[in-house]
Amino acid sequence: MARDTAAAESRPKRPPPWHDPAVRAVVFQILFVAAIVALGAFLVHNTLLNLRRQNIATGFGFLEREAAFEIGESLIPYSPADSYAAAFLVGLTNTLYVAALGIVLATILGALMGLARLSGNWLIRKLAQIYVEIFRNIPLALQLFFWWGVLRWSAPAPGRAWQPLPDVFVSNRGIVFPMPEAHAVHSWLLLALLAGIAAACGLARWARQRQARTGQIFPSGWFGLALIVGLPLAAFVAGGAPLRFEVPALRGFNFVGGGVFSPEFAALLVGLVIYTGAFIAEIVRAGILAVSAGQSEAAMALGLTPWQRMRLILLPQALRVIIPPMTSQYLNLTKNSSLAVIIGFPDLVSIANTTINQTGQAIEGIAMIMAVYLAISLSISLSMNLYNRAVALVER
Amino acid sequence: MADIEHELGRELPVPAARPRPRTHGPIGWLRANLFSSLFNTFLTLIALCLLAVTIPPIIRWGLVDAVWSAPDGLACRGADGQEAGACWAFVGDKLRFILFGRFPYDEQWRPLLVVAIFVGLIVASCDRRLWGRRLVGLWLAGFVAVGVLMWGGVLGLTYVDTSLWSGLPLTLILAVVGMLFAFPLGILLALGRRSELPAVRAVCVAYIELVRGVPLITVLFMASVMLPLFLPSGLTIDKLLRAQVAFILFAAAYLAEVVRGGLQAIPQGQIEAADALGLGYWRRTRLIVLPQALAMVIPPLVNTFIGTFKDTSLVIIIGLFDLLGTVNAALADANWQGFYVEAYVFAAAIYFGFCFFMSRYSLMLEREFNQSRQH
Repeated sequence: MARDTAAAESRPKRPPPWHDPAVRAVVFQILFVAAIVALGAFLVHNTLLNLRRQNIATGFGFLEREAAFEIGESLIPYSPADSYAAAFLVGLTNTLYVAALGIVLATILGALMGLARLSGNWLIRKLAQIYVEIFRNIPLALQLFFWWGVLRWSAPAPGRAWQPLPDVFVSNRGIVFPMPEAHAVHSWLLLALLAGIAAACGLARWARQRQARTGQIFPSGWFGLALIVGLPLAAFVAGGAPLRFEVPALRGFNFVGGGVFSPEFAALLVGLVIYTGAFIAEIVRAGILAVSAGQSEAAMALGLTPWQRMRLILLPQALRVIIPPMTSQYLNLTKNSSLAVIIGFPDLVSIANTTINQTGQAIEGIAMIMAVYLAISLSISLSMNLYNRAVALVER
Repeated sequence: MADIEHELGRELPVPAARPRPRTHGPIGWLRANLFSSLFNTFLTLIALCLLAVTIPPIIRWGLVDAVWSAPDGLACRGADGQEAGACWAFVGDKLRFILFGRFPYDEQWRPLLVVAIFVGLIVASCDRRLWGRRLVGLWLAGFVAVGVLMWGGVLGLTYVDTSLWSGLPLTLILAVVGMLFAFPLGILLALGRRSELPAVRAVCVAYIELVRGVPLITVLFMASVMLPLFLPSGLTIDKLLRAQVAFILFAAAYLAEVVRGGLQAIPQGQIEAADALGLGYWRRTRLIVLPQALAMVIPPLVNTFIGTFKDTSLVIIIGLFDLLGTVNAALADANWQGFYVEAYVFAAAIYFGFCFFMSRYSLMLEREFNQSRQH
């Protein structure tokens, strides 16, 4: 009898429910979700009450109404008679335009500055460091105001415009530059370029397979480059080389012809590129430093040329370190382009802001901005993740 | 704005030094560092040309031809209406407005004291002997002092409404208070994201990714436009508090990711050891996991703070006058038109001073940590 109780006590007992981790977990989660739902319901309830009191209709019906406000610059045709939806589209294209251009230019600037920071040349190294430290430690908003001020107040009138490059004019009306005139052959060039890229990819694949099979190396890089450059060039020449630049010319008080960056756009682009470039420079530098010196020495011992060493040994390993933070810088640049609103460039946020002020549809407007930025963020990180997977270390 | 992810821009320890050049003295240094090859010589010459073209005009504008005192903007300009040198007289004339904005003029010693307290607290926080309870006490005391000085209404100080708070103290309050409240929230979010409870994890992941996916401007808009709609009617919160809430919610998502980095670096053995000692989840987290995780992420935490500090300049969008806002307001004075370079350079110097100090400090910490980890 006594032995039985002892045995029963030594057997692990099921704890009481308030000490059972599994039960606790379920109860805690139910309470947590209930609290969140209750908070959400409270907010929605208040919002609906407030909206009813202010006579604001909910829903996206306002998008079809006439916008009735001017937009300073637009890549797509737009007039104040168009709908709010059209205005939103203009804002979206403007945001994407400045972000895409900014990403390309900031990458170039950042890579150059990152390499300069590792240069053996003391002067170059220090200049790059000064650039990085100054522009990284000053708020972007302040930098944007500064560049905008330069273009608005310090830049001369078009009649006395600065000319940093031949036929490029900087004045208080913005930056004007020559643009190639559109021609029917130009669309063929694009097709030829795509064909060239596809052919180069195919060639690289074939070369890789042949090298794996036979060990013979084929200079697919050079031939691929020749294809990518050569095919459009051939199409261009075959089309009779129709290249005429539309050069901006001063007529009266402003420039006519050529491409134009408005002061707002130019200030935003310059500010974003210089600010993000400073961060990218540090990322590039850290990525290259992360490849240990032994790798470089081993490559030299194998007799690789400096170019091969860079392309086959250093770059692939550095890219692995560089790409994840680079992705977040690209995302930052895109999100930072929303600062356009402070200098009056009509980006998505600025147009949504005008719309909210005119219609009172704050919730819908902000929901649309958030949805767009989330979509952009997700697509950039998706494409960068795909690229990252391509360069990632393959563990065997 | 969202470069709160400053952490990746940090400097890595410099690898083994390259062999010393055989030649010594200044000539040898020049040869090794500036003229080591044809290409380097070319680069050096280009850089020297660039400096020769840019530096003298800047010095002439900023120092030699600068006007240090003048009654108004006209006196800064020459007969042709052009500005020959920098009009520092403008900054001098507007100094108190730029720093303290619309705070009552006779009471401006109070925000000055607030700035001094903040600077003192930040500097004191850099001293590692103070880290721990004493520092927390110091900060709490500092906050009480800041609150009393800014609001007033007690101890014979006149009451000053938050709508008059502006300039540098506002910038510092937004950044420091934002960071301080975002910190516990960020830790909770990071723990939630690593939680084994699926519902908690899902909510935390959704919050973090949503906030990190949108620009700060939208969060600020949301706080200024939508928050009043969310609350029961009759309940209004003042504009400063709304902006502060937006900063806290925004910074918490970024902090959560920083803290998560530290949590992931804790070896599983530590957690198992805590379990073996019979510690529950909260005691394990408080006594074993968090102290180690947070110590590891101090440098990126400092960088997040730098990011938040720079981000405060966005509050001008919702009509608050932080340092950048007061600078813009000073520029609107009809007596002093067009001296934007002077004004922005002055503001930039203040921002730079704070950010550069903090980033150097984080760099120093990082180096020390890396060294102690190697031993």
